[in-house]
This record gives sequence, structure tokens and C-alpha cells, in this order.
Amino acid sequence: MNALLKNREIWLVGAIAVLIAVIATRFPGFAAPRNLSTVFNDTSILMILALGQMVVILTRSIDLSMASNLAFTGMVVAMINAAYPGFPIPLLILVAIGVGLILGAINGFLVWRIGIPPIVVTLGTLTIYRGATFVISGGAWVNADKMSPDFIGLQRMQLLGLPVLSWFAIATIVLFFVMMTRTALGRSLYAIGVNPTASVYAGIDVGRTKFFAFCISGAIAGLAGYLWISRYVIASVEVANGYELNIIAACVIGGISIAGGIGSVGGAVLGALFLGIISSALPVVNISPFWQMAISGTAILLAVVLNARGERKQGRIILKKAEAAAA
Amino acid sequence: MSAIGTTRQIPDRLDNPLRSLVFSWEALLVAVAVAIFIVNSLASPYFLDVWSLSDLTFNFTEKGLIALAMALLIISGEIDLSVAAIIALASTLMGMAAVAGVGTPGLVLIGVGVGIACGAFNGFLVTGLGLPSIVVTIGTMSLFRGIAFIILGDQAYNSYPASFAFFGQGYVWWVISFELVLFLVAAVIYGFVLHKTSFGRRVFSIGNNPIASHFTGVRVARTKFILFCLTGLMAGIASVLITSRLGSTRPSIAQGYELEVITMVVLGGVSILGGAGSILGVVLAALIMGMVTFGLGLLNVPGIVMSIFIGLLLILVIALPILWKRLSRRRIA
Repeated sequence: MNALLKNREIWLVGAIAVLIAVIATRFPGFAAPRNLSTVFNDTSILMILALGQMVVILTRSIDLSMASNLAFTGMVVAMINAAYPGFPIPLLILVAIGVGLILGAINGFLVWRIGIPPIVVTLGTLTIYRGATFVISGGAWVNADKMSPDFIGLQRMQLLGLPVLSWFAIATIVLFFVMMTRTALGRSLYAIGVNPTASVYAGIDVGRTKFFAFCISGAIAGLAGYLWISRYVIASVEVANGYELNIIAACVIGGISIAGGIGSVGGAVLGALFLGIISSALPVVNISPFWQMAISGTAILLAVVLNARGERKQGRIILKKAEAAAA
Repeated sequence: MSAIGTTRQIPDRLDNPLRSLVFSWEALLVAVAVAIFIVNSLASPYFLDVWSLSDLTFNFTEKGLIALAMALLIISGEIDLSVAAIIALASTLMGMAAVAGVGTPGLVLIGVGVGIACGAFNGFLVTGLGLPSIVVTIGTMSLFRGIAFIILGDQAYNSYPASFAFFGQGYVWWVISFELVLFLVAAVIYGFVLHKTSFGRRVFSIGNNPIASHFTGVRVARTKFILFCLTGLMAGIASVLITSRLGSTRPSIAQGYELEVITMVVLGGVSILGGAGSILGVVLAALIMGMVTFGLGLLNVPGIVMSIFIGLLLILVIALPILWKRLSRRRIA
């Protein structure tokens, strides 16, 4: 029971349940399963992105370029679709993942091989990738009428009662859960975040693992690029501008420590859902959407205060101090 | 974040001072600045004109003012991503006050005061509660700009008194704008504080080793708190200048400035990991970024393409010295 109370995910589930209950008192229909599945679907892209960001944050890094990567990849697939409407969609999704992966690998390479701090690298590529989106499109938009019905329709198809977009999110969650808990890569991502020095002695290549983390976040951003464009049926330079902060916010609310090594797939998903519920609830309870930004800001601050308290209770902190003193 | 197994080495003799001057970061920045100046002059016939050059300074003075304080904050090992949001909030509250009939001195006080208050709030969360500054300021970034959005929505304030326009549009003498004078004076003050006072030494010492600094009697938390307040103050001043220059306030004002300010600081040779940097470097970096964006603007390059150059500049300027050092080390070995 005590262990259950200490579990961050349980607290988040509780917070989300309270949130839904409060909204339901003013608008009972909000808690209906039908509506909740819509909210889940609306939050799918953020959940997918938060998982990619989580992997990077676990390694004591940060990827600020995800939203720009998303915009670039989205533009690439939209332009391919506009030029060759017959291009099979599953292949196009692979292209999106591939393009995103390459952009992520560039970040990872600069961090791993050149040794530039991740925040500097991704601050640079944040502007470069979005600028590149402008260059390849010439500033033009790709509108809905230029996209093929398959391109737009795939994620709206119903499969076992849920839209395909939701299934994309579920598949990503399962994949990440298996990766983080059942593979050597997943364990090393945690290890180098908790203690890079010990990880080296354990035979983990810290630089290469970080490189992989950036490749993963890049590939995820690429996938989200296709999903975003086909959902909002417009590809422009401005797509997802500033969204990198929402992604990081989802991670922070989900209890992923910016200092690395602490966080879980469940946390990232719940953090994203928390933000998603707020944004879909505001119009329902008749609060101006202009409140959204301040509310998510407050949520981030509360989450980080609570997280810090949780982290302080663990015995691990002694090790960290010794490490800092030795450095 | 440093590579495993590397330790700081103390050389047995100092470098030749002339040699270290020639190969210093600031010298590299001066060379880059001169090169960009020459390229700009060749590329556009409109560049070499006193009024053009005067307009150029508006491209970096506001962000540069914030970069001065941000440099100290980053040297101390913290960061503030909320500066652009502080500008938005301060500008919104100034707009509100202007509608209520507050005069120019009152508006300036409100702008600066809101800046300091926001900075103190960041500083309290980071030093008082011991939270990581990057997450705190991502949160306050949403919060501050969010409040501006709540107040303004999709509206705008544009009823500022006529005398308020001086700060962003006025000239002190001939082509020398008020903004430029303010930036230069602030640069001298910050340079003096960082490089010539014990406070500045404490900032470096905290950035290099906060634990050792604590044991030497440096009040780490209080110093960091002051630095957050200073960053807020500069954001408040920048807000007065921008609001005065544009003559209107929207909640989306100064969007994305935080990244440009940080780019400026890092380009200026301040280590993002803390503990190293100089104000001269930041001033030169501000000048370089102003010239790059202005020069490209004269050539009708869209702003978004300019950002590619800024991004590349940031990565290249950081990467080249690292690669250079690696190459020269290999030659010795």
C-alpha cells in the first residue's frame, strides 16, 4: 500500500480522475466513454511525441527541435503526396519516419561526435529545420485539396471502435513500454541518466546511447509529422510552431526528471493526457481558450514542485552529491 | 555533461599573452564581425549609409540588453527561458495602465517593476525551492505569456502617450538612438560588474563549482536570486523599448526572443555549462547577429531563412573550436 502511494503514476491517474470529475460536475457528458475516447484520440500525437522526448530527457539531454522536425517531415510527405497521389501511404509513413530519423541522427551526431551540449545543438537545429521547411516549400502551403483521400483518411478509419490515429498511439506506447523495460537499450537509457560514470564501467557506450536516443526522438517526430499533417490537413511553415514546449511540459507533468534517469512510459502518456484533457475541457466548461497557456504553465510548475519533493525522498541523492563533489 | 575521464589540467606555464589574445574567442568574433561587415557592404549598395547602420542597431539592442544579464545567469549555471514571456506580460500591463491614463514615467516604472517581479518569482522557485531552472522557466514562460493572453485575448493595446515613443524611437544625438546608448551603457556596467567586482568573481565561482563556492562562504542561492532579478529587470527594460518602438501590444509580442537571446549569449563564448564567458563576447555576438539579420534583410531574404543562418552560425561557432582543438591536440601527440 505504501509503495502504491509513492508511485507517481498512481498520483497522476488520481489527478486526472479528479480533473475529469470536476469537469463532469459542470458538464456530465464529458466523462462519457465516447467523449473520453475522443479526448484520447485528440491527444494521440502529443502522447507519441512525449514518448520520444522522454527517451532523450532520460539521458540528461533535451530535444528542442522535435516540433521543427515535425514541420519539416510533414511538409516533405505532404509535398510527395501532392506530387504523386498514387504513392502508397504505408510507404509514405516509412518515409516520414526515415526523414525524421535522419534529422534526429544529425542532432545525435553533433552531440555524440562533436560534443556540443544537447540544448545548444537542438536550439540551433530548431531554427534550421523550420527554416529548411520554408526553403523546400518556398513558403507555400499544401492544402487539403492537394492531398489524396487516402492520405487524409487513413487515420480517421475506424478499427475496433477506435480511429486508426488512436491505434498509432497505442502501438507506440506498447513499443516504448517493451523497449524501456525489456531491452538492453532501454535499460542503458536509464543507466546513463542515473550515473554516466558507472555506466561506462558497466560497458555502456554513453555517447552512442545518446545518439540512439536522438534517433528515436527524431523518428517519432517524423511519424508525428505525417499524423499531424493528415489530421489538420494543412502543411505550412508555421505547423506546430512552439509545440516543443508542450512536449516537454507533458514530460515534466508526467514526472520525468529533467536531470535524467527518472521517468516512465506511463508517466509520459499520463502527462500528455493531462494537458489534452485540459485543452479539450476549456471550451466545454466555457472558459476562454486564452486561459489554456496560463493553466498549463501552472500545471508545469506544480508538477515540478511535486516531483522535486518525490525525488528528494530517495536515497539516491547521496550518490549524486558524492559524484558532484568528485567532479 | 563533460566527457568521462577528462579532468581539468592546470598548465605548468601560461600561454604567451599575445598568442592567447590573437587566438581568443573575442578575436575570432571580431574577425567574423569584420568579415560580415565587408560581405554586407559588397552585397548591398544600401548597407554603407549612416542611417542604414543606425537602423541596424535596432536589430540587436533590445535582445542584447537581455543577453547581458542572461550571460551572467548562464555563467552561474542557470538559464531563463521566460524572458520573452516577461516582455509580453510587462507590455500588456503597461498597455492596461496606459488605457487607464497613467503617464509615461508611470508606464516605465510598471514595465521595469513587472520585469523585476517576474525575475524574482523565477529566482524564488529556483533558489528557494531548489528546482531546476530550465523546467521552472519553461513553466513561467507559459504562465507569464498565458496571463497576457488572458488579459488581452485577440485584442491589442495601442493608446500610448506620445512622449512614451521616445524610448524606442528617439535619438540622443544625430543617428545615435536612445536604445543604442542604453545598450552601450548597460554593456559597460555589466562588463565592469562581471569582470572587475567581487560579485562577478562569485558568479564565475558558482558556475565552476557551486559546492566549493558554498564552502568558501559564497551565498550561492542569494547570488543566483539576484541574477534572476537582474534578468527580469533587463527583460522589463526591453519590454519598455519594444512597446515604445512598436506603439502597440499584442500577447504574442517578442515571441521566440528567448532563443535568440540565448543564441547571442552562447555565440558570445559563454559556456552553456556555466563558469566561463565575457561581456565583450556577448556584445560582439549581438553585433554579429544584428548585422547578419540586417544584411540578409537588405537582400530581401525572408526572416525564416535568416534563422537558418543564425542556427548554423550557432552550431558552427561552437563546433569549430572543438574540432580545431582536437586537431591540434592530435598533431602534438
